[in-house]
Amino acid sequence: MSQTLSASTLLAVPLAPLAGSALAGLFGTAFGGNWIGRRLSHTLTILGVFVAFVLSALTLYSVAVHGARFNETIYTWMVVGGLKMEVGFLVDSLTAMMMVVVTFVSLMVHIYTIGYMEEDDGYNRFFSYISLFTFSMLMLVMSNNLLQLFFGWEAVGLVSYLLIGFWFNKPTAIFANMKAFLVNRVGDFGFILGIGLIAAYAGTLNYGEIFAKSAELGGLGFPGTDWMLITVICICLFIGAMGKSAQFPLHVWLPDSMEGPTPISALIHAATMVTAGIFMVSRMSPLFELSDTALNFILVIGAITALFMGFLGIIQNDIKRVVAYSTLSQLGYMTVALGASAYSVAVFHLMTHAFFKALLFLGAGSVIMGMHHNQDIRWMGAVRKYMPITWITSLLGSLALIGTPLFSGFYSKDSIIEAVHESHLPAAGFAHFAVLAGVFITAFYSFRMYFLVFHGKERYDQNPDAHHHGHDDHHGHGHGHDDKPHESPWVVTVPLVLLAIPSVVVGFLFIQPMLFGDFFKDVIFVDAAKHHAMAELAQAFHGPVAMALHGLQTAPFWLALAGVVAAYYMYMVNPALPAAIKRAAQPIYTLLENKYYLDWINENIIARGARALGVGLWKGGDQAIIDGAVVNGSWKLVGWFAGIVRWVQSGYIFHYALVMILGVFGLMTYFVWLNK
Amino acid sequence: MTLTLGHYLTLGAMLFAIAVVGIFLNRKNLIVLLMAIELMLLAVNMNFVAFSSYLGDMHGQVFVFFILTVAAAESAIGLAILVLLFRNKTSINAEDLNTLKG
Repeated sequence: MSQTLSASTLLAVPLAPLAGSALAGLFGTAFGGNWIGRRLSHTLTILGVFVAFVLSALTLYSVAVHGARFNETIYTWMVVGGLKMEVGFLVDSLTAMMMVVVTFVSLMVHIYTIGYMEEDDGYNRFFSYISLFTFSMLMLVMSNNLLQLFFGWEAVGLVSYLLIGFWFNKPTAIFANMKAFLVNRVGDFGFILGIGLIAAYAGTLNYGEIFAKSAELGGLGFPGTDWMLITVICICLFIGAMGKSAQFPLHVWLPDSMEGPTPISALIHAATMVTAGIFMVSRMSPLFELSDTALNFILVIGAITALFMGFLGIIQNDIKRVVAYSTLSQLGYMTVALGASAYSVAVFHLMTHAFFKALLFLGAGSVIMGMHHNQDIRWMGAVRKYMPITWITSLLGSLALIGTPLFSGFYSKDSIIEAVHESHLPAAGFAHFAVLAGVFITAFYSFRMYFLVFHGKERYDQNPDAHHHGHDDHHGHGHGHDDKPHESPWVVTVPLVLLAIPSVVVGFLFIQPMLFGDFFKDVIFVDAAKHHAMAELAQAFHGPVAMALHGLQTAPFWLALAGVVAAYYMYMVNPALPAAIKRAAQPIYTLLENKYYLDWINENIIARGARALGVGLWKGGDQAIIDGAVVNGSWKLVGWFAGIVRWVQSGYIFHYALVMILGVFGLMTYFVWLNK
Repeated sequence: MTLTLGHYLTLGAMLFAIAVVGIFLNRKNLIVLLMAIELMLLAVNMNFVAFSSYLGDMHGQVFVFFILTVAAAESAIGLAILVLLFRNKTSINAEDLNTLKG
């Protein structure tokens, strides 16, 4: 590929996974008559994603090296008044990077799935779904307008729903996927309001045209109030991001989404879909830069998510849920970076996080397979001896997550903390405290899990529901039938190794071009006069090695180290201590155990309130007014009137005669006397 | 005392009133109903004759003959209907005849 990008090549990127998905989904399932078998369906979908990955990598190469850009409309879907609804691609450095991250992680997850879902009946269906997800996510990131972004946004939400409820015989999975769907509707409602406001005031949905009018939009007020229009738009858009990227208080669906199979937790609920909100806000940076209020709002929400979701990770015992809360916390970090106007840092953390979090999830999945589908870290231990590759890669992922110098997570997370430190928005102080405290928490829960799983004593036989567990899962154990864990097959370990490599090196390699070079020039807009965090960061940056050395002397490193040491002491040296702390701080523990009672509030106040409102409208509005007053009332009125008329119609001739005579008398009276 | 127009008209009005009350109060017998109708026509005839004599115009008395003819025909038809009705219903009681009731 050269300096120019061709539309047909770009079109092939999302369409290749779609084709794989359609073939596997239509012909590989009972729906299409099971024409193609397991081997063919995973070959087809992996081929599709592989093609997409190769083309994305080539696109990234020509974008990064030759400065190629692409911004064209491929197809006009419809024109309503002056509003064009189009399908088009905008490919610049941000898009190209996202494409590579999405297709790479997706490819790894596809390969991993061969091992993980080996014994599942829904094998072909699963491959079809994850390829469909790859298509949707690519449409989302490659879009050049808000409508197509919204299409991709909803499509990834749909696939997320399908995959959380993949084991649709499991009531908890069905509850979780419904919850994810409903919570995302709340966010999407805000998002579509934001899109609608942009369409109403800018008259276009195309990014380029919107940004050209951003200065004009920035001067308008919101009718009927003294708010700025741009603030309302940005907050509406960000509410969409809160739903998709699971920010407080719309985060409640993400931990429950762990009911789905582990590969999709890695792909959808850690690496790609949940970062769509971060991507969207970065893409819309010219609008967000105009509203300090919206940025403050983003900072506060991100800081709350980063800190408080981390706390929840500490008390979880399910290996996937620990990683899920860690994902929430890291998404909070990205959001904080957005709020500090450090969009490129947020996207950088998005990328590094995609690699190491997908690695951690896939590692957790590998452990779950090795442990015969036990997910409770209390009944693991010393897995290191049995699963060496999983152990090493998970250790690397954890080190990257907690921000060990030279690892990828260090560069992105340290940049976020510095950017917040340099930010002068009113909420930056709180956010800075939250992300600093979050470093300690992250290190603590990550290594709590790491030590409990990979080190210490073997506790496999203490699991009270071990036997029960192995059989009610859809894909029971079939490898070794002893109680000891076993290393996973190569299709599982190869993706782990391939993900471990970028998790370690990608930060070191790319921090300079991505954060301080020209990579995101003209793509991400920062109003340097008002928000100078990035500029000050660039001033303090003297290369990745110097940054790592400097990192050793700063608070985040020591906080992370303290977290690791604390975890080591509490779970390796003195295992009685956590229980003692738990007893001592029972109210706090109960609060965390119940996830700050947010589920309780959602279920009892919001859901019940909505139900009560619905019942009220049903009983009061529909049954009483429409059915009762309008429908039944009209026939009752007619019946009542008819009853009177029927009483008059006695059938006796003399009654009629009387009435007639009285009528004549009345008329005569009128004519003779009154009308004289 | 001489008979004036007023006396004749009063007689006509009384006859008419008796006929009307006869229709209303009659609950037993359709024949009484027919008779009451005849009486009404006679009351009208009385008025015609009275005005005719009072105004010296013979047209009114000519009209009376027409009315008498029509009344005779009407009575004949009415009695014929009555006979048929009795055959069908075995009753000429007005209170039984309420099939017009809605």
